[in-house]
Amino acid sequence: MVFRPFRTSLLVLALLIPAALGAVVLFLAIYAGDAFTFNGLRFIFGTVWDLGNLYGNPVTVRGVSVPLGAHYGVLVFIIGTLLSSFIAILIALPLSVGCAIFLAEQVPEKFRPVLAMLVELVAVVPSVVFGLWGVAVLVPFIAKDIGPALSATLGFLPFFAGGDTGSGYGLLAASMVLALMITPIIATTLLDALLQVPRENREAAFALGATHFEVVSKAMMPMVRTTLVGGVVLALGRALGETMAVLMVSGGAINILPHNIYSPVSTIASFIVSQLDSAEQDPTNMAIKSLAEIALVLFVITLAVNAGARLFTTGVANVRNAK
Amino acid sequence: MSATLNRPRRTGHERRRTLSAALGWAACALALVLVIGPLLDIVYVVAARGLSAFSIGLFTTVTNGTGGGLLNAITGTIILSLGALVVAVPVGVGAGIYLSEYGTNRLGSGIRFLSDVLTGTPSIVLGYFSYIVFVTWLGWDFSVLAGSITLAILIVPYLARITELALRQVPNNMREAGFALGAREPTVVFKIVLPMAAPGVITGILLALAISVGETAPLIYTAGWSNYQWNGHLTNSPIGYLTYVIWSFINEPSDSAHALAFAAALIVMLVVLAINIGVRLVVRRKKPG
Repeated sequence: MVFRPFRTSLLVLALLIPAALGAVVLFLAIYAGDAFTFNGLRFIFGTVWDLGNLYGNPVTVRGVSVPLGAHYGVLVFIIGTLLSSFIAILIALPLSVGCAIFLAEQVPEKFRPVLAMLVELVAVVPSVVFGLWGVAVLVPFIAKDIGPALSATLGFLPFFAGGDTGSGYGLLAASMVLALMITPIIATTLLDALLQVPRENREAAFALGATHFEVVSKAMMPMVRTTLVGGVVLALGRALGETMAVLMVSGGAINILPHNIYSPVSTIASFIVSQLDSAEQDPTNMAIKSLAEIALVLFVITLAVNAGARLFTTGVANVRNAK
Repeated sequence: MSATLNRPRRTGHERRRTLSAALGWAACALALVLVIGPLLDIVYVVAARGLSAFSIGLFTTVTNGTGGGLLNAITGTIILSLGALVVAVPVGVGAGIYLSEYGTNRLGSGIRFLSDVLTGTPSIVLGYFSYIVFVTWLGWDFSVLAGSITLAILIVPYLARITELALRQVPNNMREAGFALGAREPTVVFKIVLPMAAPGVITGILLALAISVGETAPLIYTAGWSNYQWNGHLTNSPIGYLTYVIWSFINEPSDSAHALAFAAALIVMLVVLAINIGVRLVVRRKKPG
């Protein structure tokens, strides 16, 4: 085997990417080691996050030194993460499907690039700007109009009931901002797939007497279903890890599970940011180690979701094969 | 309604079909409005409230408590983003070259997969990793270096992917022509392939710049915040940046803090949108040619 210095140096650069990923996982895992020992399974199933007495002498539990009374349970944040992302998908899915269908079928070809670009641009607005807009516009709107309206119309459903719809900061605001942020991901994936549907399939449906909308909904949508699922899973991966926008509008709940759609929530990502200052006060570092453990949990969740998305990412090819 | 006279009466079934089609299209149009509407509202609200806070002092004075200007944050964002590019461009472009030119084997697809995993990793996880390693373990504290390296880890996979795609567009004939003239691999890559793919690579670098300018969460854990201009130290001195002003000052009670938050948001949004719109317009204009 010949030694090729040029190729090898490029390979070294390329290997830095897996190395960085490995380092992230490795250092988080090593650092969280003590936290694994101390927390055990109570970490996942506990709902109380209590830093303990930071000013008293630390006690030794299971061989590690922790502040007296410390308890780290993250179920609240895991539920907050999954729930806000799930509701976001529920909102984003019809929006993006409608968007993509309209762009693909009704918008004249001359205007399609401009409108498609506007939809794409929604995805590039920085998360923190979404958060700012959420605080300034969306949260007051939810507090004054959307919340009371939902409570009045859907109040018979358990999750929407609630005489007091709160300040506007909460699960609903977080989900709506997330939905807006992920809609372009689903919509652009679906739009690309819809534009790939072969002419013959459309024309065959027209020839059977279908209305234009039936052509889209009954002949074209089934062909792009796999791509749609892929786009949704991809969007889910983004929503789960979203930090700033959620942090700014979610109300930041600790130690309490959301009981309705207006309740304040925390997601894993937003909780990590909000805890930096208090965790640094812990002389035993156990709070910071537990945060590393929760970061690992978030990594594992998004990894699983993104790996799932990969199964569907050959979606555009699926459309061609469906011919 | 004269047309109905010439045609047989529509059955209920037919009417239901046309009605549901009309409703369907209306719902689709509404969806488009509900997506583009908020974008326009974000741009409008941020521009209106940000512009009213614009003044010469905003760009010439540093932040003072929750008032003053944004000079320290503007320079901080520039330094952090350029620092990230300095670290990320050689790695990302180099990795892209490897993946495009020599990465058709199993090793290449492995790297590609792990690169995708890194892209999908939430930025706060990367930020927390940097906090543990750079800020506390290596003892750099909140600093330019910690912040820039974190941003670099964030954007390297994008750079690698876009570089790879750009390089793949270069026809193989060009490479073969180069080799036929006796050029060696580095010459072919740097004198033929890379120059031909330069627009694509530069696009990638610009998009990476837009990402780093708009990023917040990992910087909170690595760059900290400072009211003063950067003192030139790479480590052990925190640095301000625009996105911090946005998320932190909007929660302060004073009007001056809110004004600064919107002004910072306007600057960040203008940079990010300008880069993204510019790149898309240029790419589109080139396509038909």
